[in-house]
Order: sequence, then C-alpha cells, then structure tokens
Amino acid sequence: MKCRVCRGKAVIEVRRHNAAFCRDHFVEHVQRQVARTIHDFRMFSPTERLVLGVSGGKDSLALWDVLTDLGYRVDGVYLDLGIDGYSPDSLTYSRRFAEKRGLDLEVVDLKHRYGFSIPEAAKASRRTPCSACGLSKRYILNQVAEEGGYDVLVMGHNLDDEAATLFGNVLQWNVGYLARQRPVLPASDDGLCRKVKPLVRVAERETAAYAVLRGIEYEVEECPMAAGNTINRYKEWLNRLEDRSPGLKAQFLFGFWERGQQGFTDAESVELTTCTTCGAPTTGEVCAFCRLQAVTLVEVGRRREAAGG
Amino acid sequence: MKVILRQPRREIQVDGVTTVAQLLKKLDLVAESVLVIRGDELLTTDARLSDDDVVELRPVISGGATV
Repeated sequence: MKCRVCRGKAVIEVRRHNAAFCRDHFVEHVQRQVARTIHDFRMFSPTERLVLGVSGGKDSLALWDVLTDLGYRVDGVYLDLGIDGYSPDSLTYSRRFAEKRGLDLEVVDLKHRYGFSIPEAAKASRRTPCSACGLSKRYILNQVAEEGGYDVLVMGHNLDDEAATLFGNVLQWNVGYLARQRPVLPASDDGLCRKVKPLVRVAERETAAYAVLRGIEYEVEECPMAAGNTINRYKEWLNRLEDRSPGLKAQFLFGFWERGQQGFTDAESVELTTCTTCGAPTTGEVCAFCRLQAVTLVEVGRRREAAGG
Repeated sequence: MKVILRQPRREIQVDGVTTVAQLLKKLDLVAESVLVIRGDELLTTDARLSDDDVVELRPVISGGATV
C-alpha cells in the first residue's frame, strides 16, 4: 500500500477517505482534520485560555500533542479517580507527557478533594462505574475550568466516542441527550464552561495510530471497571458495520448534526436552576454530583464505623 | 508467529497466515478495532507476515464513561 501524497510506503489505511498514508503525511492529515474541526465549528481562538481533560489515554494525549503543534497553549487537568491498578499508571503517562513538553498539568484527587473514589461511588449509588465516573468528570472538569478562569474546556472525544453515544441515545430514544450532543457546548451564564471536542473527525484507530507514530506513551490497558461497558460494545458493533461500509460512522454522526438533530432541539428545552448545595447549574433542586457525593459519603462513613475506625 | 494481545496482555501462537488481513480474519477481528504493530512499525492489511514474526494486536477501543 502506498501513501496517497508521496507514494512512499504507507503505514496506515483510512478507508473512509479511500486513502493510505506514510508516517509524516498521516500526522499532517490528522492535524489538518483537527484544525478544520476547530475552524468549522468555531471552537476557540488562539488568544483564549484552554484547559484539556487529560486521562493518560491515547485520545487526550494525542489531542494535546496536536493542539500544541498547531500553536495553541493548552493546560491539562488530570482527575485521579482512585481506581487501583489503573489510576496510578494513567497519572504517570500524563505527567511524563507534560514534563517532556514543558506543559502545565493540574492533578485533582477525587478522594482527597471530594471524599470518595469512583469504586466507592459506584458501590454506594448502585450506578455502573462508568456512569459514576462520567458524572464526576463532567462536574469536576467544569468546576476546574471555571475556577481556573479558562474560556474553554477541551475534551478528547473522538469520532467513535460520539458515534457510539449517538447510537446508544437513538436505541433508547433519549431525546434530551439527542438535542444536546454537539461538538461545541456553549458557555452559560449560570456556570457552564464552553466545552469542545476537536477530535470528532478523527476515528479512534487514527488517534491510537497517531500516538504510536508520534512516540507518545499512553495507557493501553483498559480501565478494569469498564469491562463489558455498553458504549464499548456499541463501538465494536459500529466497527463491524464500518468494515463493510467504510465511512458509515462519519455519515451517521455528521448526518445527524447536519440533518437530524434540529427536530430534537426544537422539541427539547431544558430550564436550568442552581443546585441548592453547591451552586452549579442543574435541572433539579440538588445536582446529580452532590447527590452522588452525599450518598457515597454516608456509605463510606458507615463502612468505616463498621470496621471500627 | 507469536501474537501479543492486550487487555489483558497475553501471547498466542498463530501459524499459517501470510498477510495481516488473513491474521485478522483468522482471529475474527476487524481492522477498524486494532492496530497491528511489528517492532516499531504499523502494518497495513496487505503487509506480508512470516512465522518468525512477533506481532502485537493493540485494541483501539477505550473509554466507557460518557463525559
């Protein structure tokens, strides 16, 4: 297989673009896709203050690399979820990346700052670990962005993340989520930072290949709490469809944004109020994170008492 | 050839395949879900393989939490 640009030996095929690339031209291709996404969706300008949610995985580290190469100054925030056998390694990869490139990484320890870990929250609330994790990340990353005076919270969601989320929301007709799933979520006066996803045009396989080709060391092993996760199962199914019909995932996602979403947006209007506990925007009286924290801290205290400590 | 699988890391022996496409087919994997790595090079589906090769099949699907 030959590179579409230079006819040299290709290292990766991108079937939905009917193309293959050598190392250098693939790196250029990914960076161009990200630059185009930032421009087309008016995500941010070079003068705005950006903070990236960093997990130590391929997507966030690849995105940090791309944005830095494109000339953006981006700080990182890593959330230590307290997952044994996973969080310490992820933090090491994140720190190593930042140190090597002279980038600023803030580490927020969930247990230290909020009094609980994700395994404890999942157990106490009877949510799945991924649900407790997603809820906590949404809340805390927004809080860090607001407290730090950042203009934009940047996330490493890729094409597959977004397509699988859309697939799940369609299967369950979650009309509220369908109305709100976008590459840019605007800031609100009541405390939501603008959230953007510059990797939505880059498939998961491509962010992994980018990381390998750029020599980025990342956490390859999957979070032990995500085993059997629904979103990951949807991704595998979509990849099997993509294998037969290259371009299907991108058509599904971008077709939704271009032609399908408007009907849901018109039907769904959500009134936000202020959480009576923490002041964050919410649709109820107390926000979901404060409810999760309250139920978990009660359970953690009960266990500590039962253990005699 | 020796094939390294991840999540969790383990090794299996696969013989009698001569291309990456055949290897993926034999293991019922689709190219969109894995990177195929030999040494420090990424392999495309038409790349030739031999029984002496050591090949890593690195899954690309990760995440789980909707943020």
